[in-house]
Amino acid sequence: MKNLVEVKNIKKNYGKNEAVKGISFNIKEDEILGLLGPNGSGKTTTIGMLLGLLKPTSGEIMINGQKLEGNRIAILEQINFISPYIELPKKLTVKQNLTVYGKLYKINNINERIEFLSEKLRLGGLLNSITGELSSGQKNRVSLAKALINEPKVLLLDEPTASLDPEVGDFVRSFLEDYKKEKKISILLASHNMNEVTRLCKSILMMKDGIIIDKGNPEELISKHGRKNLEEVFLKLSRSKNELN
Amino acid sequence: MYGLFLRHFYLITRSFPRVLDLVYWPTIQITLWGFISNFFATHTTYYNNAVGVILTCAILYDFLFRTSIGFNMLFLEEIWSRNFTNLFIAPMKIGEILTSLVATALIRALIGLIPAVLLTSPLFGISILDLGIFLFFLFLSLYLFGITLGILVSAGLLRYGPSFENIAWSTMFLLAPFGCIYYPIEILPEVFQKIAYLLPLVYIFEEARNILINQTVDIQNIYYAFLWNGVYFVLSIVLFYYSFNVAKNKGTLINMGE
Repeated sequence: MKNLVEVKNIKKNYGKNEAVKGISFNIKEDEILGLLGPNGSGKTTTIGMLLGLLKPTSGEIMINGQKLEGNRIAILEQINFISPYIELPKKLTVKQNLTVYGKLYKINNINERIEFLSEKLRLGGLLNSITGELSSGQKNRVSLAKALINEPKVLLLDEPTASLDPEVGDFVRSFLEDYKKEKKISILLASHNMNEVTRLCKSILMMKDGIIIDKGNPEELISKHGRKNLEEVFLKLSRSKNELN
Repeated sequence: MYGLFLRHFYLITRSFPRVLDLVYWPTIQITLWGFISNFFATHTTYYNNAVGVILTCAILYDFLFRTSIGFNMLFLEEIWSRNFTNLFIAPMKIGEILTSLVATALIRALIGLIPAVLLTSPLFGISILDLGIFLFFLFLSLYLFGITLGILVSAGLLRYGPSFENIAWSTMFLLAPFGCIYYPIEILPEVFQKIAYLLPLVYIFEEARNILINQTVDIQNIYYAFLWNGVYFVLSIVLFYYSFNVAKNKGTLINMGE
């Protein structure tokens, strides 16, 4: 399996504040990499750099073999992003929103793509609904449809199931597992839901104070730290001094 | 009661744009209406057809206002709806974003302008079309300046984030006294005249009055309007790109929707 995402020693400083202090990792195709860490650990900054919204102070990011620096537009065609902090225009219908983004991502058969996604994500009855009037779970599925409109090779997910009820959360997780298997895409999952991370991710990066303090698969980390589950590992690492680097 | 007072007091004192906002509006209103009053008090015979000239200038100014605010609104809508990040992670070049906003702002301004032009004729017996073919150049010039201001404000929003919003609403009013919309430039103090000559507005409105009152055309006014428009337009584009790069360094783009 080839690496779709290669991050080489990226750093990000905001003035004197070092938000990310030189981290490196890869994400293979057909892999979900979990990015864990307490608030302020540098997760959002890392995602921002992968999206080209933030310029790294130093280091290099390669997506699907292309350098992000100098190829931003070509790379943005191949990636997409979901976060509970960003939304789609509330006054537009679901179909209008998906059509707008279909156009922005230069999708040829927009209607077919919307039909495919609405079937997969159970949006059929919602296409003509006003986006702002949907429930959290429905909005989340619409955001997911928007994030998949361009058939991304790399999907960045920031708390994709935050504020969802267990049923919708489970639906989204199952959908992501199936979609990743089917399309062989790479997913970076930043989440505070440890059950979600344990279920979806074969490998995990633990960040704290802008560095990667530990990494491995969930079972390895649980066993290595002598804890019962990933949540306890997270608490231990969050409260301890940095272990690696 | 005191708690509620404190809540707003803290908000105002923590934000310089809010303090500026409190001082800014009364100052601009007094300055603008002071010049207008001064002009009408000392030049009562200047206009033969006062209603026609004033209304024509009001429509021209409104077109400028709509274009500029329309552009800002398009940008602000994306911030308010927390859709900003989605747009900036879509594979669009900055030039493409600007071009689509510029075209949409024109359509918005025209939707507002056409009813205003149509209403002035039956209501006041005045037609803005009296300005003839040069009306097109005046509108084009105003449109250019309107989107230039829009791009400058959007650059500020990129650079400083949503706190720059108050400036978005007030740019047009800041320039209004210098634009000489309702009075000739001579009414301004000499220092203000020097500033006014650096703006395309004064040439546009002087020319509109010249055509309506003297029935002559001074090509030089139109030329200078376009010249200054060109300078400011290029400057605004450069500043927008610069602000985009600063925003990428400071992280404004990723925090804009939060």
